[in-house]
Amino acid sequence: MFDKTLAELAQGLERGDFSSTELAQAYLQRIGNLNSQYNAFITLTEEQALAQAKAADEARAAGNAGALCGLPIAHKDLFCTQGVRTSSASKMLDNFVSPYDATIVNRLKNAGTVMLGKLNMDEFAMGSSNESSFYGPARNPWDTERVPGGSSGGSAAAVAARLTPAATGSDTGGSIRQPAALCGITGLKPTYGRVSRYGMIAFASSLDQAGPMARTAEDCAMILNAMAGFDALDSTSAERDTEDYTADLNQPLSGLKIGLPKEYFSDTLDAGIAEQVRNAVTEFEKLGATVKEVSLPNTELSIPAYYIIAPAEASSNLSRFDGVRYGYRCADPVDLEDLYKRSRGEGFGPEVKRRIMVGTYALSAGYYDAYYRKAQQIRRMIQQDFIAALNDVDVIMGPTTPHPAFKLGEKSSDPVSMYMEDIFTLSLNLAGLPGISVPCGQTQGLPVGLQIIGNYFAEAKLLNIAHQFQQATDWHKQIPAGVEV
Amino acid sequence: MSLDRSDVEQIAHLARLQIDATDIDSYGQSLNSILGLVDQMQATNTDGVEPLAHPLDAVQRLRADVVTEPNQRDALQAVAPATEEGLFLVPKVIE
Amino acid sequence: MEWEVVIGLEIHVQLATKTKIFSGASTAFGAEPNTQACAVDLALPGTLPVFNENALRMAVMFGLAVNAEIGKRSVFERKNYFYPDLPKGYQTTQLAEPIVGPGYVDIETEEGVQRRVRLHHAHLEEDAGKSLHEDFHGMSGIDLNRAGTPLVEIVSEPDMRSSREAAAYARKIHAIVTTLGICDGNMAEGSMRCDCNVSVRPKGEEKLGTRTELKNINSFRFIERAIDTEVARQIDLIEDGGTVVQETRLYDPDKNETRSMRSKEEANDYRYFPCPDLLPVVIDDSYIEAIRKTLPELPDARRDRFMSEYNLSEYDAGVLSGYSAQADYYEQVVKLSGDAKLSANWVMGELAKYLNQNDTDIKQSPVSAEQLGGLLVRIKDNTISGNIAKKVFEIMWSKGGSADEIIEAEGLKQVTDTGAIEKIVDDVIASCTKQVDQYKAAEPEKRGKMIGFFMGQVMKATGGKANPGAVTGILKQKLDALCD
Repeated sequence: MFDKTLAELAQGLERGDFSSTELAQAYLQRIGNLNSQYNAFITLTEEQALAQAKAADEARAAGNAGALCGLPIAHKDLFCTQGVRTSSASKMLDNFVSPYDATIVNRLKNAGTVMLGKLNMDEFAMGSSNESSFYGPARNPWDTERVPGGSSGGSAAAVAARLTPAATGSDTGGSIRQPAALCGITGLKPTYGRVSRYGMIAFASSLDQAGPMARTAEDCAMILNAMAGFDALDSTSAERDTEDYTADLNQPLSGLKIGLPKEYFSDTLDAGIAEQVRNAVTEFEKLGATVKEVSLPNTELSIPAYYIIAPAEASSNLSRFDGVRYGYRCADPVDLEDLYKRSRGEGFGPEVKRRIMVGTYALSAGYYDAYYRKAQQIRRMIQQDFIAALNDVDVIMGPTTPHPAFKLGEKSSDPVSMYMEDIFTLSLNLAGLPGISVPCGQTQGLPVGLQIIGNYFAEAKLLNIAHQFQQATDWHKQIPAGVEV
Repeated sequence: MSLDRSDVEQIAHLARLQIDATDIDSYGQSLNSILGLVDQMQATNTDGVEPLAHPLDAVQRLRADVVTEPNQRDALQAVAPATEEGLFLVPKVIE
Repeated sequence: MEWEVVIGLEIHVQLATKTKIFSGASTAFGAEPNTQACAVDLALPGTLPVFNENALRMAVMFGLAVNAEIGKRSVFERKNYFYPDLPKGYQTTQLAEPIVGPGYVDIETEEGVQRRVRLHHAHLEEDAGKSLHEDFHGMSGIDLNRAGTPLVEIVSEPDMRSSREAAAYARKIHAIVTTLGICDGNMAEGSMRCDCNVSVRPKGEEKLGTRTELKNINSFRFIERAIDTEVARQIDLIEDGGTVVQETRLYDPDKNETRSMRSKEEANDYRYFPCPDLLPVVIDDSYIEAIRKTLPELPDARRDRFMSEYNLSEYDAGVLSGYSAQADYYEQVVKLSGDAKLSANWVMGELAKYLNQNDTDIKQSPVSAEQLGGLLVRIKDNTISGNIAKKVFEIMWSKGGSADEIIEAEGLKQVTDTGAIEKIVDDVIASCTKQVDQYKAAEPEKRGKMIGFFMGQVMKATGGKANPGAVTGILKQKLDALCD
């Protein structure tokens, strides 16, 4: 049962092979048994899960079951969930029980999904390894000595370890796609504005975007159907009609024009990853696609631009955590300044403090033009590179990450080397474009992710391409050695 | 551009972050290496490039001026560290 | 040395929207603490702002009323600083691209000094909450009901040259925003608050002196007093060889002094940047023109109309049109009484006196325009004299009732029966022989003034109810007859 995809579980529920309650119980039990190996869940919501499963079973009996009715899911712990701790993996919010639901949590609830619990992540989504979590790192099911990636590391680990068939994630600079690649699952970052940010604890407002993480593109399409759509509570939400992302999954790929950016295949790219990505491209050619080289000349600048814009916005977004209205408050503050400084100093971990300081510095008097404004200009140049390339081709493909999963602790002492891991993913957030990571091979026994980049609001196209690839290959079906199903 | 100890202390103060004196140097080192990374931008000519604040060229949507939020003080203050008579308590504010 | 005073004002006007600028919580004044502070106002994790269309409309109305360019593209920015009444740790405001660009208003002081005050710009922003300093075991209490109330901050150029001008400018802004109906104008409740930037320089000097900022002044009278006090302090300081320090100072009306706010002196670095949770506000000409069509008659136009339509002096017309509720009240009284001058005298005289003494806004006046109009009708038809009318007004104010009801109940109807008046006059003449003798001995041209004494006696005898015109005539006739 645990190796079934969301789509297969939906069929099982439909046929009556098992009930939602049985499904929820089975997963809750599996999480209870195995979570300590992976540290993927921060909070289990057993009571809510069983209540939701019961309601789903009743809805199905009454003939009111939608596509996601009764299917288990788990949420990254930065989505606010009413009555449930929402920690953002920070000591700052360890005691924060949200009084409201995020829009996407609400939508998935209304679609009948059953929430199993809340997933581990890098603290406030700042990190590429899940090592900055207050609750300790989640572990990569392919090798528990290695990181699952980040920041949605718990989501990726949970799906890869079959602790949940699907999860939500958020992606500010690669936080869905990179862990999906390192854990051998499928993860989609939609176009900026496609999915509501209301109730998602902000890291960098102009970059953050929520998306689905699951084993297959088809499952991601099913979840995105419920997640996506205009939300009046989010000023940056795109006013567009909803789509059925499953409708075009089976479109053939003949005539598809794929661009390969020459900048993505430099000497520093891991040889194993380069080989697997090239093999995947060959597979697409077999499916009828044509391939040409394109150029994204400002790719390298995405790292400096991102590491100004994201910390700058974060430094301001995280000012609300001050120990006054909710969250961690230091013991016995002697005055107001002491309350602020110690609550924040003790409540935030080192990486969060580091980024707040970088952002504070970048915005401070005298440096705004040199840093923030300059970064926003480079941001436009990066966007224009993509627009030019996507004029020529339908989609752009390349590796999701420059290396496979690295060892726990390997990069945690050197933030800059960690930041370099995001080279292929950051630029999409800067441009606001959608991207999907799909498993496309292995190197050193570890999964390799193929990133497919589409034009604005081309999620259906990306899911169609990924689905066709998964019909032709079985990399997404590989099970990590230690995971029993 | 390199930050010294007092720069780091000033930034931490602006951000209201207590940093232990023994940690200032290591924060300084990592901040300097991050700033070294981002300084790569400075070599790029961006003259005449319009800054991009939001990826989509959208404009602000307007909300009707209608009260939609009823009083939820009890629920909202349930997570507050210190309240009394409906007020959030903080150390004395001196003006 | 002769000094010139240079003043610029920053006026914060709370917009009279139903809800907050970025949330759907109510802005009604006086609610229990934190009952009008929703998840967005409390800056709960994950919450986001959405802009109130009415705040935009009101800001544009203001811009049109002060002859300003309207920003077709305006951008919200974040002003970052930590304070307990600021839940997000930043104030959402506008800086580089405000909604209202340069404009101007014309002012006139009571002394007749006219001046055009230029506006640098006006921008939209959110108000902060309030810190309450009652002692909660040595702690302060924070009420966030006010947090997120929409404000327009109106920034003038340093164009004013006296405290009188500053107060006149503030009054003019008050008149404009209340006439537009975009602010309730209640300064005691903080609906309009002023920061005054004050400096002095030797007369003839071009370079501006170092300025200080006087914070949060909430009455026109305090604007004048605070500025006068600060100007005197600065001049004393300079003449004693000192220098003015640029700083924020607080005016203490009880001690009539300004003092430095040391806690806010720390060099501020607000780290402004465009708010990434909000998009640029873009409006077009048709939006602006549609709003222009809805503008009511503005104070200057109303003043001019009062002068031409009601024959009022420029001063009276200016005062009456200076506050829209007062101007509306006045026009209603005119309509009912049919006498513009008499109505002006009463609205600016007796009514204003009572409102002032009782610290009451005209909108809450216990005497309505209908009541006052009815009273003036009875003056005009000689039912009562002006003096009796004051008595009626007093009863109206304290106990209510229409003029006719009060006149009837108190028996204040004027005596116009000449027979009755003649009898009383005879009695007075008979009992005041000494004064009658003096009258007779006086030069004829001085007698006119002496009639006043007898008039007073007659009024005393009738309880003020005798028709003064009739009494004068009869007195004169009878006394002069004695002199022949």
